[in-house]
Amino acid sequence: MKYFRLVWKNAWRKKIRTSLTVLSVFVAFLLFALLSAIGQAFEGGADVADADRLVVIDKVSLINSLPMSYLDRIAAVDGVQSVTHSSWFGGYYQDPRNQFAQFPVDPSSFMAMYPEYKIPREQLDAWAKDRTGAIVGQELATQYGWKIGDQIPMQATIWTKADGGRTWEFKLDGIFSTDDPRGSAAMMLFQYDYFDEARAFGKGTAGWYILRVKPDADPIQVARTIDAQFANSPSETKTSTEAAFAQSFTKQFGNIALIVSLILGAVFFTLLLVSGNTMSQSVRERISELAVLKTLGFDDRTVLGIVLSESILIMMVGGMLGLGVGWIAVQGLAKELASFLPGLFLSPAAMMLAVAFMVGAGILAGIFPALKAMRLSIVDALARA
Amino acid sequence: MRAIRQILAVTWLNLRNLPRRLGTSVVAVVGVAAVVLVFAAVLSMAKGFEKTMVAAGSDDTAIIMRKGSTSELNSGLSNDQVLIIANAPGVFKDGNVPVMSAELYVVVDVKKKSNDGDANVPFRGIQPGAFAVRKDVTIADGRMFEEGKNEIIVGLAAQREFAGLATGSTIHFGQTEWSVVGSFDAGGSVSESELWTDVRVLQNSYRRGNSFQSVRVKLQSKESITELEAALETDPRIDPDVMTEKEYYSSQAAPLSQFIKVIGYPLTVLMAIGAIFGALNSMYSSVSVRGKEIATLRALGFGPIAILFSTIIESTLLALTGGLIGGGLAFLVFNGFQVSTLNSASFSQVVFDFAVTGDLLVDGLSVALIIGVVGGLFPAVRAARLPVAQALREL
Repeated sequence: MKYFRLVWKNAWRKKIRTSLTVLSVFVAFLLFALLSAIGQAFEGGADVADADRLVVIDKVSLINSLPMSYLDRIAAVDGVQSVTHSSWFGGYYQDPRNQFAQFPVDPSSFMAMYPEYKIPREQLDAWAKDRTGAIVGQELATQYGWKIGDQIPMQATIWTKADGGRTWEFKLDGIFSTDDPRGSAAMMLFQYDYFDEARAFGKGTAGWYILRVKPDADPIQVARTIDAQFANSPSETKTSTEAAFAQSFTKQFGNIALIVSLILGAVFFTLLLVSGNTMSQSVRERISELAVLKTLGFDDRTVLGIVLSESILIMMVGGMLGLGVGWIAVQGLAKELASFLPGLFLSPAAMMLAVAFMVGAGILAGIFPALKAMRLSIVDALARA
Repeated sequence: MRAIRQILAVTWLNLRNLPRRLGTSVVAVVGVAAVVLVFAAVLSMAKGFEKTMVAAGSDDTAIIMRKGSTSELNSGLSNDQVLIIANAPGVFKDGNVPVMSAELYVVVDVKKKSNDGDANVPFRGIQPGAFAVRKDVTIADGRMFEEGKNEIIVGLAAQREFAGLATGSTIHFGQTEWSVVGSFDAGGSVSESELWTDVRVLQNSYRRGNSFQSVRVKLQSKESITELEAALETDPRIDPDVMTEKEYYSSQAAPLSQFIKVIGYPLTVLMAIGAIFGALNSMYSSVSVRGKEIATLRALGFGPIAILFSTIIESTLLALTGGLIGGGLAFLVFNGFQVSTLNSASFSQVVFDFAVTGDLLVDGLSVALIIGVVGGLFPAVRAARLPVAQALREL
């Protein structure tokens, strides 16, 4: 550490070059931050999943609904603690572009199933008593400027009402949020009873069931029992853990996310290569100075350390700046894109990885020139100068 | 004239001693190549997807769904409504028979070959008119399904992408067993991601009674769409959305291609900025290495303008080389690369190829050009303003 001033002075010896190098490292890590947040948004569903929750869907396709009678039959299965249901409403607010998730649910059992959704007690009670009431996630309330008591008309794309209408009016009774930064609450929940009574078709069905297994029960065994119970019926089921269910969606997006991350990984390393090359070049130019240092009595190891520290320092300065700006940008974008790409989040693990990359890249870029500097024979180096 | 000769002479000199500055120059080239590669690769995804969707739509086919439906999946039409549509004005008739196909669109789970995950594959019930209302759909292999039987034909792209769909095999969806009797070619359009069967059979196995989700009709001409729309809008028995197939597929393509672009363009800008720093670095070091040389040229009578332009030209040529390498790589590696993804607009899989098109490559080279010019400009100014006497004294 006592050589910090020397390392710092050395690094800024050529101001323009070092600034440019720092800036390209900055861009590389800014990209890294943004991309890992996007990756998290695609694949994060599985992380927030609760291992004790299972999802029961129609075996042929998620778009087919299941009879409401399944609710009690699932509840009766050994090892099931509680069960609730949900359905896909698929409406939009004012303009088809304003799409977000809406689910008709049973208020008390649904909110009990998802303790991560936080809502003030009195708002939950008000909603449970209000047939045409709805609650929305904080993100949506902010985005559309909704306040409690507002009337929100939703346009249905699937569910016409029995009277032929397509506009469903809901009164906003509450606003909920999620305490997990990886999760998203960009959704609207309203009462199933009202939905089922007013819809023109599909009465008496639910889109899927969500159940919690008892702490001592084996989730796999419970899933098998449920599926066996409905085998050979007109609506066979497929039960999976919430994580597997979320992953199956990620897999649906398929290789695209993978391809994007591969391409971008390549770019990230190219940018590091560019800065690494500049760094080794700047060491090469200073061979004679390093020889002078050695003449003054610095030992080989100290010289190695000084050169290596300089390279790591430049990477860290650019990298931390990039990561910091990236973090701020992700915070902003997560709000902005809450309903478009929910779950944007820069995880602590990704940030640790970034710091590891900074140190690693610093060492890689500096090690060869540093070794060269260490092995430098003073006479040769000074003669060359 | 003399200025131009000078610029050419100095540029030629610079280029010939490039090997002396190989390291930094290569890095600058690689940096630009990476930018163009990623730009072309990411946007070729959007292009390919759009191409697949737009190829499916024609101007003289109309698609009619229930009003307010955002896709076929959430539409619904009764048999009576289908008959009204078939006999509406503007519909092309072959003799006395309207050319149309009333269809049912469901989604089934099929495994993806690439990751063994479940995929929402579109399963469409069609009427015989389906081939006439669509462009260029032909049986590629095997035969057409027989009406009333549990037989399906499979789009070529779906057959390549999803497991268990080879011609001659059987596949289970729920309790029903289906025989794959053939495959069809739809010119790479979105229809090729689908499985087709007789609409009556599909209605039965999905308990849909006598209902449909969409009707496609051949129009007498492109202009007949207004006539058809007017007639159906005023009919109290029906409440339809009428659009050309082309409009429909463009609207289906919009969210995903928008998404890719929203991510792709800002990324390119960021990367380009990174590459500009790389180019600046390499040109600054080129100028500093050639300090004496430049001073000598100046002393011999070459003007500052010649020095300025030659430096910009050098950086631009380096960047363009990088651009060509990146674009070429993108074309070789990604063009025609087949992927499938979930199109959220229809909640089902679309299989498409990356398309590295000519205009994408031109755009990529323009990005390279900008990087080259900006990256060369400041070092060039420095080179041109180099104090001659001082630089020579350093000799």
